[in-house]
Amino acid sequence: MRHIISILLENEPGALSRVVGLFAQRGYNIETLTVAPTEDETLSRLTMTTTGDERKIEQITKQLNKLIEVVKLVDLSEGPHIERELMLIKVKAIGAQRAEIKRTADIFRGQIVDVTASVYTIQLTGTSDKLEAFIEAIGAGCVLETVRTGVSGIARGEKVLSL
Amino acid sequence: MELISGGDMLVRALHEAGVEYIYGYPGGSLLHVYDAVYKQSAVKHVLVRHEQAAAHMADGYARATGKPGVVMVTSGPGATNTVTGIATAFTDSIPMVVISGQVMSHLVGDDAFQETDMLGVSRPIVKHSFAVRRPEDIPEIVAKAFYIASTGRPGPVVIDIPKDMTMPNERYEYVYPKKIKMRSYTPPQRGHSGQIKKAVEMLLAAKRPIIYAGGGVIIDGSSDKLRALVDRLNFPCTNTLMGLGCYPGTGERFVGMLGMHGSYEANMTMHNADVILAVGARFDDRVTNATSKFCPDAKIIHIDIDPSSISKTIIADVPIVGPVGAVLDEMMALLDEAGETPDADALETWWKQINEWRQRHGGHYDKNDSQLMKPQEVIEAMWTATKGDAFITSDVGQHQMFAAQYYKFDKPNRWINSGGLGTMGFGFPAAMGIKMNFPDDMVVCVTGEGSIQMNIQELSTCLQYGIPVKILCLNNGSLGMVRQWQDMNYEGRHSHSYMESLPDFVKLVEAYGHVGIRVEGRDQLPQALEDTFGKYNDRLVFLDVAVDETEHVYPMQVPMGSMRDMWLSKTERT
Ligand SMILES: Cc1ncc(C[n+]2csc(CCOP(=O)(O)OP(=O)(O)O)c2C)c(N)n1
Ligand SMILES: [Mg+2]
Repeated sequence: MRHIISILLENEPGALSRVVGLFAQRGYNIETLTVAPTEDETLSRLTMTTTGDERKIEQITKQLNKLIEVVKLVDLSEGPHIERELMLIKVKAIGAQRAEIKRTADIFRGQIVDVTASVYTIQLTGTSDKLEAFIEAIGAGCVLETVRTGVSGIARGEKVLSL
Repeated sequence: MELISGGDMLVRALHEAGVEYIYGYPGGSLLHVYDAVYKQSAVKHVLVRHEQAAAHMADGYARATGKPGVVMVTSGPGATNTVTGIATAFTDSIPMVVISGQVMSHLVGDDAFQETDMLGVSRPIVKHSFAVRRPEDIPEIVAKAFYIASTGRPGPVVIDIPKDMTMPNERYEYVYPKKIKMRSYTPPQRGHSGQIKKAVEMLLAAKRPIIYAGGGVIIDGSSDKLRALVDRLNFPCTNTLMGLGCYPGTGERFVGMLGMHGSYEANMTMHNADVILAVGARFDDRVTNATSKFCPDAKIIHIDIDPSSISKTIIADVPIVGPVGAVLDEMMALLDEAGETPDADALETWWKQINEWRQRHGGHYDKNDSQLMKPQEVIEAMWTATKGDAFITSDVGQHQMFAAQYYKFDKPNRWINSGGLGTMGFGFPAAMGIKMNFPDDMVVCVTGEGSIQMNIQELSTCLQYGIPVKILCLNNGSLGMVRQWQDMNYEGRHSHSYMESLPDFVKLVEAYGHVGIRVEGRDQLPQALEDTFGKYNDRLVFLDVAVDETEHVYPMQVPMGSMRDMWLSKTERT
C-alpha cells in the first residue's frame, strides 16, 4: 500500500542525505519526495510517499525515527488527510485540439500559464490520481513534457505536526 | 576569558568527556591537533601501525569498559582505513567517537589532496556524524558526540574537522556544555508498564519457557539483574554470541549459546519453548535459521532499547521498548508484588527434558589418538590455565566458534568478538585496547593463522607501549571456516581456503621483539601455557599451536531449517 510519511527534520546540512541514504541502504523505495523550510527556520518539512506492507512501513518509520535529525514523524495515510501535488505540463496544442485541451483543463481546474502558437503549458494541482487522470484525458500522445513536485500532505482537522 | 585554538579545544573537550586514551595516526590535516596533543599530558595518545587497528583498539576498550573508545585519523586514506573498524562497532552497537581530519574548508569539494567525503563514506555505518563548521562549536560537538555514542543503543559517531578549524593562531572562547539536551534525540528511560505487566503474566503462566539474552544485556550493564531473574524463575537461559557471560557459562541454568553453532540443548530448548523472553537480542539470522520455521509454539516477549529491532525479523507478541535494566527491575518488582511463582511441576518436566538433551550431545568431540590436537581441547586447556577468568578476544572463523563454545564465561564484558560483522583482524588490536586498560588481567586473543595476518603489524605497537597480550593461534593451516563450508557444500573443493606460504610465526614475533612458542603436539601444550602465563607473564607471547585442519565446528544448523535442524558431527543429523 502507498503511504505518505511526513517528517519534521532539523534544517542542517547532511540531514536530507541521511534520509535518502537510509532508503537506498535498506532497499526501501521512494516514490516522491518534497522538502522545504518551515515557518521555524531551524526545521524542514519533508513529505515522502513510499509503498510496502504494514511490516515494511513499520520498519521504515522506526528506522527514520532513529535518525538523530528526525524530530517528528507521522504517517499521514493512517488518518484523514489532504494531499496535493502540483504539475506543470507542456502539451501540443494545434488547431481543433486547442479548444479541446482548454476545455479539459477547465474541467480539471487547471490553468494555462503559458501559450505559444503550438504549445500550451498547463498548471494543475490535486492528488496524484487526479494528475494522472488529466494526462489520460488529454491523451499521452500530445504531452511534450511534465514536471511534478511530488506529494505534500497535511492532516485534516485540528491535528498538527509541530514541536 | 581565556581564548584557545580549535586544536586545543578539541583535546581539552576530549579530556572533559572523560577520555584517557586516543588511538590514532597523524597526517597533514591533523597536524595542528597533534601539536595540541603534544603540549598536554591529560589525554594519552597511542600510535598504531594501521588505522583499522586504531578503531578495533578503541572498540575493544569500549567493549571491556562500557565507555566510548576514541579514534583520531587524518583525512583521506587515514579516514577510509577506519571504515571496517567503524562498521564492526556499528553492527555490535559499540560506543565510539572517531575524529577524522579534513582538508581546509575552502578546498572541500575540489578533489584536494587527501580529500575524501568521510561523512558520505561512513554515513551507513555510523549512529550519527558531525562536520565542524566553526571552531567555537568544537566543545559542544564533542559533548554531543559522546552523548549520542554512549546512550540509547550505542554506536559510533564521526566528527569530521577541516584543518582550518584548528589553526593555532585563531583563538576562541571555550565553553563545554554542562548538560546535553537534544529535541530530536531522547532515548527511552523505561519500558511501558502495561506491557511489562503482560510479560510477567505470560512468564508466570509458561510451561516450557526460555530466556534468550544477548549483547544488549552486557551493554546496559544489567547482567546481575538478568541472573537474578533467571534464577528467581528457575528458567533455562541461553546467550547469543554477543551475550556470552551475561549469564554465567558454568551456571546450572545455562544451556549454552544458541544459533548456527549453538549447543544442541539451547537450540532444542528454543524450538520447543512455549514462551521466549528475548532480552537485548535481535533475532539475527545466525540465531533464528529460517524465520518461517522459527519456534512454532512460542509466544515471544521482546525487550530492546531500539524499537526497530523489535518485530523486524520475528514478530513479538509482547514488545517492550526500553533499557534492559529498567525493564528487568520493573519485572522483578511485579514478581515480588504478585508473590507468585511459575508452575513448578511443569518446570520440573521441562528441566527433565532439557537435561536429556544435554546428555545427548553436551559439547562432545572426539580427540585424536595422535599428538595432533583438536582445537577444542586447546581452548579447554587455556580455560583451565586462565582459571576461566581472562579477557578473551577473538578473530573470525572456526577458532572463534570453538572459543565461544568451550571457554565458559562467568563474567560479562570478558568475551570480546566481532559477532555482527565478523571482522577478521579484529581480535588482536581489540586485545591491545583491553590490556592497556586492564594491565593486571590476563588478555588472550584467540585467532587463526588467517585472521592474525590481517593486523599483525600491531606487534610493533605492542613493543612500543609494552602491551603484553597473549596470542593463541589455532593454526590449522587453512581458512578453516571457509574450508568447512567447502567440505559440506562443495564436495571438498577447497577453493582458495589454504594458507600457503605461512610465515614462521615464532621468528616473526621475535623480529618484533616478542616471545614466540610453537606447539606441535599435545605433550607440549601444558608447558607452553605455563610459560605464557608464568615466566613470560610480562611479555607478549605468540602461541602458535598446530591443530587438526580437518575438524569442523558442530553443532551446525542445517541451512533453511528450523532451530532444531542440526548437524551434530560429520555423520550425525537431528
Ligand atoms: C575481513 C574478512 N574477510 C573474509 C572473511 C570471511 N571468512 C570468515 S572465516 C574465514 C577464515 C578464517 O581463517 P582463520 O583465521 O585461519 O580461522 P579458522 O577458521 O581457520 O579457525 C574467512 C576467510 C571475514 N570474516 N572477514
Ligand atoms: Mg585457520
